Amino acid sequence: MSDADSQPLILDALHRELGGRMVAFAGYAMPIQYDGIIAEHLWTRENAGLFDVSHMGQVLLPLAADAALEALLPGDIIGLGEGVLRYSLLLNDDGGILDDLMVTRRADDLYLVVNGAVKAADIAHLRAAGLQVDERADWALLALQGPKAVDVLERLVPGVGALRFMRAGAFDWQGHRLWVSRSGYTGEDGFEISVPNGAAEALARALLAHDEVKPIGLGARDSLRLEAGLPLYGHDLDPTVTPVTAGLAFAISKRRKTELGFPGAARIMAQLLDGPPVKRVGLKVEGKLPAREGAEVFAGGVRVGTLTSGGFAPSLGYPIAMAFVDAAHAADGTPLEIIVRGKSLMATVVPMPFKTKNYVRAEGGPA
Amino acid sequence: MTLYYTQDHEWLDVAGDTATVGITDYAQEQLGDVVFVELPAVGAGLKKGGDAAVVESVKAASDVYSPVSGTVSEANAALEAEPALVNTAAEGEGWFFKLVLGDAGELAGLMDRAAYDAFVATL
Repeated sequence: MSDADSQPLILDALHRELGGRMVAFAGYAMPIQYDGIIAEHLWTRENAGLFDVSHMGQVLLPLAADAALEALLPGDIIGLGEGVLRYSLLLNDDGGILDDLMVTRRADDLYLVVNGAVKAADIAHLRAAGLQVDERADWALLALQGPKAVDVLERLVPGVGALRFMRAGAFDWQGHRLWVSRSGYTGEDGFEISVPNGAAEALARALLAHDEVKPIGLGARDSLRLEAGLPLYGHDLDPTVTPVTAGLAFAISKRRKTELGFPGAARIMAQLLDGPPVKRVGLKVEGKLPAREGAEVFAGGVRVGTLTSGGFAPSLGYPIAMAFVDAAHAADGTPLEIIVRGKSLMATVVPMPFKTKNYVRAEGGPA
Repeated sequence: MTLYYTQDHEWLDVAGDTATVGITDYAQEQLGDVVFVELPAVGAGLKKGGDAAVVESVKAASDVYSPVSGTVSEANAALEAEPALVNTAAEGEGWFFKLVLGDAGELAGLMDRAAYDAFVATL
């Protein structure tokens, strides 16, 4: 658990002051917990949690790069409205997932948020495709998540409450330019706030000054996203997985399904038509023993898959998991067994999210 | 009753030929929220340094090794219903198992409280 080889985040001193236990993650020293993962998880579901996600890559592309970006992912970027976020997937030539990311069209550029662990590879991939990439390491990224996030942030940054899920805009806070998105990765309502490094600590302290807000570490971020059924890159998603096997076919925009022209389109469209050979499923695990990433999944003595995430779900009170299983065993209600240290645990395929999401959507749902 | 500690952050409370074994408060603090404890079966023979139990926290599974050799005489049933006892009372109600000592001489290599506290201070 040494963080000696890791870069400090801009808020490193604040995390340590708040009692954060620092671990190496994605090349950074990051807080895994402050008070305890279960308490932080439940706090976020009831109140508002502040997450430092500055390890993630913030990248700008010229507006005119929208068509070139479409050659790398299956989303509709050309048709994306200003101030709208789109969840998408960078794909390799086989349709395998190189990363999942958010793309927002802004007035003067395209704003991308990519995963920390693969941001260097993503940027190299974008550049190799001829795109002009401006990585904004001079911006921090904070996430304020939970049902009380909107009340708190509205007090500091009037107007953010008018944003709906997957919408974003520019705001001013004490003379600093913020880019605020109503989005996140916890399954709760909330915001992601891009802030210049020089103002990040002041903003974090201003948010933490509210009784509703506590700092939340990576541990609870993981348990929150797992309950919300959200896949984590490097665990549930990697280049062996396609948008269809991952259950992320919604990220293939309608226009792209007819026009194609995204990497691996032939394989992906065949999987859409014929059904994929394997699927990402949610599993409810019987008993109390958590089953974790790497555990093998069996049906009637035959191996049918592998867990890619798993653990105790604090809001549900029992263990849950995500697994990739053969399509024949992926239907809701299918009984499966998971082997943990030689013991067979009973599990059932259940719909995801495990825990209902609490997004504040625009009329007619997300764009 | 004599208390002993190990560098693996276990404690032993020895009374006669029986040791009650658990993990230290320092260990539970490092593990974080405990959600499950897999305990050895009564009657199981444990070897010093061998696998004895597994503690599942929200984060990860961690092995607990037997600090001495012996035969398990009791496992703490309370941990099944309330694994969080390991967090709230690591060095009390959150004990793991009781062991009939196989070789009392193995206790000689263990630390007393002062030595353990000094050891933790170096971490």
